[in-house]
Amino acid sequence: MQDLLYFSQQLINGLTIGSTYALIAIGYTMVYGIIGMINFAHGEIYMIGAYTALIAITGLTALGLAWLPLILIVALLCAMIVSSSMGWAVERVAYRPVRGRHRLIPLISAIGMSIFLQNYVHLAQGSRNIGFPALIDGGFNFGSGDGFQMSLSYMQITIFITTLICMTALSLFISRSRTGRACRAVSQDLGMANLLGIDTNRIISATFVIGAALAAVAGLLLGMYYGSVDPLFGFIAGLKAFTAAVLGGIGSIPGAMLGGLILGVAESMTSGYLSGEYKDVISFSLLILILLFKPTGLLGKPEVEKI
Amino acid sequence: MAANNFRHALFCAFITLIISYPIIGFNLEAQGINVTLTGADATTIVMVLLAAVIVFLFQMFREQIMGGLKSIPHPLPQSNKEPMAENRRAKIESWVLTGIVVLALFWPFFVSRGSVDLATLVLIYVMLALGLNVVVGLAGLLDLGYVAFYAVGAYTFALLSQYTGISFWLALPIGALLAALFGLVLGFPVLRLRGDYLAIVTLGFGEIIRILLNNWTTLTGGPNGIGGIPDPTLFGMEFGRRVKEEGNTSFHETFGIAYSGEHKVIFLYLIALVLAVFTALVIRRFMRMPVGRAWEALREDEIAARSLGLSRTAVKLSAFTIGAFFAGFAGTVFASKQGFISPESFVFLESAIILAIVVLGGMGSQIGVVLAAIAVTILPELAREFSEYRMLIFGAAMVLMMVWRPQGLMPMRRIHIELKRQE
Repeated sequence: MQDLLYFSQQLINGLTIGSTYALIAIGYTMVYGIIGMINFAHGEIYMIGAYTALIAITGLTALGLAWLPLILIVALLCAMIVSSSMGWAVERVAYRPVRGRHRLIPLISAIGMSIFLQNYVHLAQGSRNIGFPALIDGGFNFGSGDGFQMSLSYMQITIFITTLICMTALSLFISRSRTGRACRAVSQDLGMANLLGIDTNRIISATFVIGAALAAVAGLLLGMYYGSVDPLFGFIAGLKAFTAAVLGGIGSIPGAMLGGLILGVAESMTSGYLSGEYKDVISFSLLILILLFKPTGLLGKPEVEKI
Repeated sequence: MAANNFRHALFCAFITLIISYPIIGFNLEAQGINVTLTGADATTIVMVLLAAVIVFLFQMFREQIMGGLKSIPHPLPQSNKEPMAENRRAKIESWVLTGIVVLALFWPFFVSRGSVDLATLVLIYVMLALGLNVVVGLAGLLDLGYVAFYAVGAYTFALLSQYTGISFWLALPIGALLAALFGLVLGFPVLRLRGDYLAIVTLGFGEIIRILLNNWTTLTGGPNGIGGIPDPTLFGMEFGRRVKEEGNTSFHETFGIAYSGEHKVIFLYLIALVLAVFTALVIRRFMRMPVGRAWEALREDEIAARSLGLSRTAVKLSAFTIGAFFAGFAGTVFASKQGFISPESFVFLESAIILAIVVLGGMGSQIGVVLAAIAVTILPELAREFSEYRMLIFGAAMVLMMVWRPQGLMPMRRIHIELKRQE
């Protein structure tokens, strides 16, 4: 019984983290699916989302707003707007001019952008980590007596529900709306979509905006869950989310969701049963192994090399 | 058209405001567990508004500005000129390089200790950048975990000197060979991967090495690092005030001169200089050898190169291993110079800096890379008041280079004929 409780606790923690990874991973996978580049600066956009949310929460609380859902919704909207604008601007400044060049050039440009954004926030907000207020506390406890107590906090429930809403909205958007259909068309064949009168530049911008908005949601959720933000925290999270995207098969949206959940669970199991210090090693090793043995990921389509 | 332009410009200016005002305009301050929000001072806000206005004006008159920029004659008019014959150019280059090296040999005796120390660091970066240049510039493999091999070299020396008391001169080849071995072992499986996947795998590898160094406390001392790494000796002569090891003599006593701390600094600088020149020469040789040509061929067109009978794995692996070898070299010198190393020195940012040097200098070009290494290391020291903006400028420079001049400041030039475009 104790073991089962401990195991479920790790599972819940893993799924919580994993669902936020999935949110970030969607940004990577959508961009990769359409223009075939790794958006290295995506982790930074997520970090900016977290900072904006924290600024909005602090500002609203200082203004005397006390109704929690309103604060959270306004903060979420602010974070999404700022992050999306950032995503749009990054694509415009750093990626569009180099699109279609040799594969390494957009990647180096993206690394440059990532360093730039990290230091932009570092200079504006300082390098120390800043505490994120725990707005949602409390939760359910299972297990009794002096044994191990499994807890499911309200924060974790919030994360699950928010992620679920975002994922459903995204799936509906991609499968039903006009822009979503255009997105799918562009990811299948950019040139052909262009010929058929789809404004591909607009669709690519839209992809960056959607990915950035979801990253901002993850930024708010993970910021509150971890309880602090600092300018570097986008880097590792971005790398993990990229791992998730690759794990699920880069370019595939359901793959990113699945990959995020698997990675999150793998990580929390490692820190639960082995050692917390090595959980990053596990996720990077996982990344290397997948790329070596199954580069297409779990749900990805194999890429045919054309000569 | 004008109305459309105006709308677009207004939109861009608005976006600029959105992405800069919330982050720059408010300051979060942590006071204990409470976080307070303060507005930034008036000048910052004026700057943000000014930036928006500039973006607006630029987008509004974009075509005129771009047209104006194009009509300015190119500062380096050589781009349309035929390149010099290769042997003549090589001769000029080698004369220039010899001159620089001779100058560099005598230079440390006339300047302050601080600048010699800085110059040693520059030389370490030159070595690293030359090594990475083989991997990224010549072979076209984007390696984002290059710093891992640097760490292997540094930690090899530190650990061996701690446990076996090995000397610098013995550790130098061992560190380099061990780093090369790491390159070989890592390269063997991953080099089948496509360019951008390779970049991520090497990045992951670099992080794994750093995390291991950080957490394997019993061996590496974890975040506390390893100290007391010995200085190099000159034929058994030590540069300290007192001789530490049995059987050694001290430099100042042997030559009967007064002890001075500068001797050690200059000696280290000279070692670094010799090793950097050695690195440059070896890689220069490699570039002219069939394997060097094969690197470039594979970078330019993998399918064509393979159909001509080049083994993809062998060629890529040789580039990767040679790059790692020189990183190990640089790592050993670095450990000896600092006397203390910790995982802090081997973060991803370091890889990015070395990559930035290669990119700025012009991928594949040795002179360009050397000049870029000097510029990137020295400029922040000269402009100390701007030093906190160093990484910001780095990032922006990398993006701008890729957009405007992806071949770098001094690209490698080869004899080639350009076909005239038919009108």
